[in-house]
Amino acid sequence: MSDKPAILTPPIDSETIHGLTAGDRVLITGSIYTARDAAHRRMIEIIEKGESLPVELDGAVLYYVGPTPASPGRATGSAGPTTSSRVDRYTPPLLARGLRVVIGKGDRSPEVMAALQEHGAVYLAAVGGAGALLAEKVSVAEVVAWPELGTEAIHRFEVAGFPAIVVMDSHGGNLYAIGRARYRRQA
Amino acid sequence: MREIDVSEVTTLVSRLYQEANFALPVDVTAALEAALSREESPIGREVIETLLKNATIAARERVPLCQDTGIAAVFAEVGQEACLTGGSFAAAVDAGIARARDEGYLRASVVSGPCFERANTGDNTPAMLHTEIVEGDGISITVLPKGAGSENMSRLAMLKPADGIEGLVDFVVETVELAGGNPCPPIFLGVGVGGTMDRVALMSKMALLRSAGEPNSDPGLARLESEILDAVNALGIGPGGFGGTVTCLGVALEESPCHIASLPVAVNIQCNSARRAFGSI
Repeated sequence: MSDKPAILTPPIDSETIHGLTAGDRVLITGSIYTARDAAHRRMIEIIEKGESLPVELDGAVLYYVGPTPASPGRATGSAGPTTSSRVDRYTPPLLARGLRVVIGKGDRSPEVMAALQEHGAVYLAAVGGAGALLAEKVSVAEVVAWPELGTEAIHRFEVAGFPAIVVMDSHGGNLYAIGRARYRRQA
Repeated sequence: MREIDVSEVTTLVSRLYQEANFALPVDVTAALEAALSREESPIGREVIETLLKNATIAARERVPLCQDTGIAAVFAEVGQEACLTGGSFAAAVDAGIARARDEGYLRASVVSGPCFERANTGDNTPAMLHTEIVEGDGISITVLPKGAGSENMSRLAMLKPADGIEGLVDFVVETVELAGGNPCPPIFLGVGVGGTMDRVALMSKMALLRSAGEPNSDPGLARLESEILDAVNALGIGPGGFGGTVTCLGVALEESPCHIASLPVAVNIQCNSARRAFGSI
């Protein structure tokens, strides 16, 4: 675990991923995509039909967020992470397509953890409840697929210095388990 | 009798729902600040500092504290000497929520037909409205935007009286343990004990209306709250779930008489963005 944040600039290669350890801080600068439950369901349907996805997943960063509408003069409204486990069942097929980084909050299934290791990817957490602060890191937000889904549409976010923490690395490390074990005590 | 036009209700609810989403209550901010010195984990302290900065930005920029601007829990106390005119009270509350969503650029997070259609209602209505008739001729309203991250981790159990206090504490602790980092810790816990299945759930949510860290006025129940808080914080989940000594900032427990054969317990988890706003007419 390093004290200095790692800088991630998508598209991200496997070497960068393997250098990350649970507990590392990262700052992301560049283009990332957003997706929640509905967009995930559609992406999986497209993969199952053998059609092409609206975004290139190879080396990509996917952020689980449903922002509030932007008020005038702002790129986006509040934009913090949503609970990741709701998209657990959809995640392994996306990781198999080269998705390298997923960002959300909360625990993941054993299947997702295994897929992160198999495909060389990481799961990051952003601070849940910090949507106003995280929105300040977003300079551009544009809908790239399925505008009819509203907040659940796939957006491209242009971010600078977007802060997150490595929770599950590509070597099987899990900060949620490590952290909890370190601070657990007998009541 | 005092005549109150329901348009006043709409105006008040709209203001409160926006205020709750932009300004973290002062007692919640104070609880986060106080937790900084208790948190032993460096990452945990960073998370708390991030949340305090977030609250400053949200208030200054009028950007919602959290992108989940919630389903609106609305608690209304209506004086029995108030005469409401100009339309339906419940419709006026919903109109206030819809106006707040529009004016405040809040998120529409409510779907109708949860079994099949799951179609977004578009204006974040209906509110989850609870109305109580009280003495007097005024109306008091508290709006509590409730995010799903914490609501989804909440639980209810119909325990046996023989399970006792030990069973009750175990159930609350197990609920927090299962929730882990999902409900955006550091959390608050509203605990209802007694009543019936429906009543206990409402009590657990209404317990969240109490100021952060304010103990129950009954000394025995206050001790029980403190015991639950210690047990929950011993889990090590910590801020953000990254490990730490501050998992929970406060436990508020309310009890109510129940059937001789029952010991209902409900745990309503509230996230760190413990938003609520109060106003009256």
